[in-house]
Amino acid sequence: MKTNSRNLYLIPYAAWIALFVVAPIVLIVYYSFRDIEGNWSLSNYAHFFTPVYMRMTLSSFWYALLITLFSLLVAYPTAYLLTKAKHKQLWLLLIILPSWVNLLLKAYAFIGLFGTYGFANAFLESVGLGRQQILFTDFSFVFVSVYIFIPFMLLPIFNSLEELNPTLIQAARDLGASPWTTFRRVVFPLTIDGVKSGCQAVFIPALSLFMITRLIAGNRVITLGTAIEQHFLVTQDWGMGATIAVFLVIVMAVIMAVTGRRRRGARG
Amino acid sequence: MKQIVRLFASVLIAGFALMYLTSYLNSEQGYSGGNTLTVYNWGDYIDPDLIGKFEKETGVKVIYQTFDSNEAMLTKVAQGGTTFDVAVPSDYAISKMREENLLLPIDKEQIPNLKNIDPHFMDLSFDPGNVYSVPYFWGTVGVVFNPELVNGKTFESWEDLWSPDLRNQILLVDGAREVVGMGLNSLGYSLNDTNEEHLQEALKKLNKLTPNVKALVGDEIKMLLANEEAAVGLVWSGDASEILSENEKLDYVVPKEGSNLWFDNMVVPKTAKNLKAAHQFINFMLDPENAAKNAEYVGYSTPNREALKLLPEDISGDERFYPPAELTEKLEVYDNLGKKMLAHYNELFLEFKMHSK
Repeated sequence: MKTNSRNLYLIPYAAWIALFVVAPIVLIVYYSFRDIEGNWSLSNYAHFFTPVYMRMTLSSFWYALLITLFSLLVAYPTAYLLTKAKHKQLWLLLIILPSWVNLLLKAYAFIGLFGTYGFANAFLESVGLGRQQILFTDFSFVFVSVYIFIPFMLLPIFNSLEELNPTLIQAARDLGASPWTTFRRVVFPLTIDGVKSGCQAVFIPALSLFMITRLIAGNRVITLGTAIEQHFLVTQDWGMGATIAVFLVIVMAVIMAVTGRRRRGARG
Repeated sequence: MKQIVRLFASVLIAGFALMYLTSYLNSEQGYSGGNTLTVYNWGDYIDPDLIGKFEKETGVKVIYQTFDSNEAMLTKVAQGGTTFDVAVPSDYAISKMREENLLLPIDKEQIPNLKNIDPHFMDLSFDPGNVYSVPYFWGTVGVVFNPELVNGKTFESWEDLWSPDLRNQILLVDGAREVVGMGLNSLGYSLNDTNEEHLQEALKKLNKLTPNVKALVGDEIKMLLANEEAAVGLVWSGDASEILSENEKLDYVVPKEGSNLWFDNMVVPKTAKNLKAAHQFINFMLDPENAAKNAEYVGYSTPNREALKLLPEDISGDERFYPPAELTEKLEVYDNLGKKMLAHYNELFLEFKMHSK
């Protein structure tokens, strides 16, 4: 009876995973082996390994790397300061708050801010730098993406810093370690798990960003996400779109495996 | 355990109750069965007064639903479960729907007003003999520009886009057919060209344009051009008329080498329930007076010869939106190039987008 009812409780989870995790992956794998005419073939994969898509893949990785790096650079010190702050829950809430606003609205707001006659340019002009093109540049793309991803990087780092036992830092200082050495040898290694999950939470979605590439980068940055969108919506070449998606799934699995291999207690 | 069962049961009961309630409310308002007509059209693409007039004249109740892309419309019609009686897809979507057997032939006997349509706009490649579709509005692809910022260039020729002093000043609409077609046109080729050499040549030519291209954007192009974010934009004439009405400084021109001629046509999808009312509606919209009123409201170019005569001179005489015959002859409708070629066009377009400045 006991195991019986426990199995019953599992049904919703099992059904959920089967319907929304396993089935979609099976479907994209299935479609990736169908060419544009609907025949079975490997042509999509052959096509994927041509210079056009390889260049696109490289640029996706490059931008995702930049976005992750800058998010980390901003999020780590912020999280560190937050754990020291007086009203940390309030500060945390304020940082998370923007993620409650719809992504599209934020993107449109940035079009207004970064536009030729927008706030950013008005500021640049008033300090004597003159109008610059900000919108539709690599800078604006990375900036807006970092802005959007910061909460996802910040939260896991903040949590791991919170869990850090402060006596360890005191002990390091007592033993004569400089603040920098303490950070390098004690704090950072002990929060590396938070950094890893933060990087996963940013890098993986950043690889397949698509809407921001059009709205903020004006399609001057092309990621694999853009190509998937185009194949599904415009060319109706579902096979090719699915092939790129399969590639992304594999890459993500590899990233998860590599960054998640060593569990807690790892030494830096 | 019991609680879970109870929870599920109550959710199901509530669900069915709501379903019943909506169907009850719908029938209260005369939405199911009866004499209704479901029109599926682009947002803000009809003068609402005309719907009221049609309802009064025929006693048919009109349900007006909107879509924002041909693809979305196609999917909804193909999926079934809808009762659209009249839809207004664009040319290439019509040929796709025709191939996929999603359309019903139009009974021309029931549409006497068809005679008002300019024969130039009939019998085109996407629907030979107009078996399935009747023109609603038409337009071109051209250049919107700010005369103050382009050093006296007129964009009579596509070549003007390539001038070095327009660095970072051009916005392009994010459409493979439009941009690759522009490249082909600028070289004097047809925008339906499938010759690989010509296509590669067009790509090379387009790649040279990259320093001038500020961005490739979707619908935002209207807002960006009206706000003078860039001096020049490649757009559909429909968007152009909206941009011009928001910012009077700007101008629109169709370059003389030729360009695209596009159509939004009325069709009767396979899902239609009220065929009689559908034909009544199409005939109603082709009536010169109604078509003129609609053209004035929407601001697009009407294919209706008789309606054009009723329009005020400043609209019908506007050569930007009603180009003279010698230019119209150079305009081409997009042929349905087949899925494979369309995919190739999109690939070229992707390559162009990736070409760095």
